[in-house]
Amino acid sequence: MRQEIIFAGFGGQGIMLMGKVLAYAAMLENKKVIFLPSYGSEMRGGTANCTVIISDDEIESPIAENPNLLVAMNRPSLQKFEMNVITGGCILINSSMIDQHTSRDDVIKKKIPANTLAAELGNEKVANMIALGSVLELTGCVSKDSIILALKKSLAPRHHDILPLNKAALEIGSERVE
Amino acid sequence: MEQVLLKGSEAIAEGAVLAGCRFFFGYPITPQNEIPEYFARRLPQVNGTFLQAESEIAAINMVYGAGGTGARVMTSSSSPGMSLKQEGISYLSCAEVPCVIVSIMRGGPGLGAIQGAQPDYFQAVKGGGHGDYKNIVLAPSTVQEAADLTYQAFDLADKYRNPVIILGDGILAQMMEPIVLPNEKQDFPEKNWALNLDKNRPRNVISSSYPIVEELEKVIIRLNQKAEIMKGEVRWDTLQVEDADYIIVAYGTSARIAKAVVRQAREIGIKLGLLRPITLWPFPYDAIYSLVPQVKAFFALEMSTGQMIEDVKIAIGRERPVYHIGRYGGVIPRVNETLEKITAVAKG
Repeated sequence: MRQEIIFAGFGGQGIMLMGKVLAYAAMLENKKVIFLPSYGSEMRGGTANCTVIISDDEIESPIAENPNLLVAMNRPSLQKFEMNVITGGCILINSSMIDQHTSRDDVIKKKIPANTLAAELGNEKVANMIALGSVLELTGCVSKDSIILALKKSLAPRHHDILPLNKAALEIGSERVE
Repeated sequence: MEQVLLKGSEAIAEGAVLAGCRFFFGYPITPQNEIPEYFARRLPQVNGTFLQAESEIAAINMVYGAGGTGARVMTSSSSPGMSLKQEGISYLSCAEVPCVIVSIMRGGPGLGAIQGAQPDYFQAVKGGGHGDYKNIVLAPSTVQEAADLTYQAFDLADKYRNPVIILGDGILAQMMEPIVLPNEKQDFPEKNWALNLDKNRPRNVISSSYPIVEELEKVIIRLNQKAEIMKGEVRWDTLQVEDADYIIVAYGTSARIAKAVVRQAREIGIKLGLLRPITLWPFPYDAIYSLVPQVKAFFALEMSTGQMIEDVKIAIGRERPVYHIGRYGGVIPRVNETLEKITAVAKG
């Protein structure tokens, strides 16, 4: 098993958190994993992306050279990274922010209206966890329980009241991806 | 042992704290800001002192002061900031003050770019500051190694009363990997040379000023003799060199890429091996030279236009060709483009 996933969006969408939580969950499942963030020099409003490689074998280069999944949370991210995805790979778009899917016909096209569903849940901030739920559904790379455990371990106990909301977001994301 | 998920920067900082580092002085610069950020949070928990200085020059001189009292102390910076620290590093080396200096390389020259690169090999390995001095330079290539080598760097610094440099790059500093942290160090060497208000001993002097030239020459000879002893600390790692027709030499993040290149080269029938220097000073000259009889050509993969390659050439002389492979300014070499260049040589 090897997954190379690009998460991309703009600063403030929780892009880095998606990657970090996934990496943490993979570690909890004793998988080899590497998380690599990339961002401009802007504090906010700039582009933000990160890659997560999860593997059963040693991860040599930290650079994801053959990404099999792109999670595009906004339109510029889709345009920037859609050509990087390998043939037969998958592009997941946040259809709340992107009205037109990739023109590539050699990849699997998936979408999730992450912001719309997050707003229905009552907190638009969990759009990233909804998209992450879709990632789990599409790849099966880690379990939902591991993500929740990763969140629990990385959040201070005073923030644990948001765990049920995040769990619901993950579930909606995995159910509604199409 | 329990694994933790840390950035390279955080692993360096925690490795230092576990090694007994209680003082950090620095000035912010990307891509290593997570090091001071981590210390700012962590050092107060262990009665340590974090101080954001007014400049890199101030920070390195604070290291001089704290190190002179025998404390375990560290500073960190990135390329333009490291340039500013060089005067202080020269003074620390002459005055034989142990300390750990972390250099996280980014694209240069000049203000350059904030992405990871390896253009400061010469600066760290060949001097950087003025005068005759040598510092041990350790080059981690994984987050685990970032923690372990920083931890060990404090012991090396104390053992030789010498600055030790950790030379990493922006990729290593930013990426996260699961690691197992070393145990908290409990016993520390005695430092009878330190300035510690002990009234029951003759006065200690720590200085890099020797206006009488014969005295300075004696100091330089002694430092040089110490450098000869420090050469015993040379470390390297190898991958599939036993039957290799070709050898790629690479350190840090480049060595990670080189590992993937070795595996893929073998899949297409090219017997490629990797030699990864872990110490850049002392450089593993003998280990590289020992491969000459079996090897047709060497490659130096580095994210610079060719700095470490000069040491590879010193190691093997003109006995075999050495080819440079690299990308610059923060562009990361790709596995397939590196393999293409090696294939072009191997298939003639």
